[in-house]
Amino acid sequence: MKKPEHFKEKPPVEKEVSGKQLNRRNFIAFGAFAGLSAIGYGGWRALYTAPLEKADITAKRSVPLRRALNQNELFMRRLFSRNHLVKTYPVNMAAKNVRVNSDVGMVSKFDPAAWKLTVKKRNGDTLTLSFDDIKKMPKTEIVFDFKCVEGWDQIQHWGGVKFSDFVEYLKLHDEANAEYVGLVTPDKQYYVGIDMPSALHPQTILAYEMNGQQMPVVHGFPLRLIIPVKYGIKNLKRIDTISFSNTRPPDYWAEQGYDYYSGL
Amino acid sequence: MKIREKHTLAMRWFHWLNFPLLLIMIWSGMLIYWGNDTYTITLFGHQFFKFFPEGFNKFFHIPSRLSEGMAYHFLFMWFFAINGVAYVLYTFISGEWRKLVPHRSSFKEAWLVLLHDLHIRKTAPPQGKYNAAQRIAYSAIIIMGLGSLVTGVAIYKPVQFNWVVWLCGGYHLARIFHFALTLGYVFFFVIHIVQVILAGWNNFRSVISGFEIVEDEPKKLIADDEKA
Repeated sequence: MKKPEHFKEKPPVEKEVSGKQLNRRNFIAFGAFAGLSAIGYGGWRALYTAPLEKADITAKRSVPLRRALNQNELFMRRLFSRNHLVKTYPVNMAAKNVRVNSDVGMVSKFDPAAWKLTVKKRNGDTLTLSFDDIKKMPKTEIVFDFKCVEGWDQIQHWGGVKFSDFVEYLKLHDEANAEYVGLVTPDKQYYVGIDMPSALHPQTILAYEMNGQQMPVVHGFPLRLIIPVKYGIKNLKRIDTISFSNTRPPDYWAEQGYDYYSGL
Repeated sequence: MKIREKHTLAMRWFHWLNFPLLLIMIWSGMLIYWGNDTYTITLFGHQFFKFFPEGFNKFFHIPSRLSEGMAYHFLFMWFFAINGVAYVLYTFISGEWRKLVPHRSSFKEAWLVLLHDLHIRKTAPPQGKYNAAQRIAYSAIIIMGLGSLVTGVAIYKPVQFNWVVWLCGGYHLARIFHFALTLGYVFFFVIHIVQVILAGWNNFRSVISGFEIVEDEPKKLIADDEKA
């Protein structure tokens, strides 16, 4: 069968050269190859051995790699939209055995019955809310694929108050103009910072129910964050304090070398 | 002496950039995979292999470097993707794709090439720049690269690109595909190295300096190709 003309491979160019020309070309090609390889390797070594960043809001990452993580965030932020939703599932697909992966901030003595939530405004005022106060707020449920930075995922069912409803209910509009929200556990051992657009995302929830029932203490009762646009490391359990700021609040895992934003 | 131009300068650049980039992507990917290293080869309830054995991880200093792996992976993904996309664009614009894309006959011919390479058959089918097996392998690796980018996007930003996740059959499956494709690269690499060694110096040199020395023997490969 004859192939169509445009599919035909052009014959290679052949030419007669002297041994001297050949050597010259080889010398240039191999010289350039060796030189560029050395430059490439040198660049890699420089990156691999680059000094660690100064420990601050983020830590334990080299300067250039931290910069790359932050640049990625700036780029991806342009694609972020409140309308980009995480896929939701029917309730019967939710895991009955919900994975407990970390006890950071959960090991200190804690009495759920005595729990109160503190909301710190930027002007210094604080609100103190009981569990009943929070249950009075409009309730939202979500069944979604929870994603851990380690690589596992699990379909889980959570219920609570949407963070945006929480803001609305408590008339925290001024605070919602801040750039970040900070959440801290009662023992102050675990703390996360969330950029405001992610906090106000319509699927971000302050949860107190799991699988339609009161959330077990080990999963963060009375109140935990469920934020599907972030990795699990941002889904802080046992919230004690919520605050607002225009600078990045401290973040436990960002201090351990992880991306501060960890957005999905 | 007679030489034949084989690999253009651009092709050589793409190739030698891709090699270290892919190496870094595989290495940093292994640092990430360690965080949830649950994949095994299990048949009829018997586990034949676990990715990866402890000794393997120790040897390559894999354990407890998840955040480091993510940082490298999410930096070099850009260079890996840009180099790959540029290569594909170049191949199309320059017309090099004609030497690369398999023909309908390539699949049957690749079998004959395999038999020839295994010394079971004396003759190989006539070929152009690449033989039928190479056409298939080098085109497949491009498709695999595309697969890695697509599944990679699905894993990296599953909420912003939830339609890509859907395309991959879900987040969980996307991660498995992403991993399996990497195993594919390693398999490709091993075969590739063996073939390069067997093909000899004249061939290897052409990927650095671009040309091959033509031996003094009648050559009518292209003409034969037309008859096929």
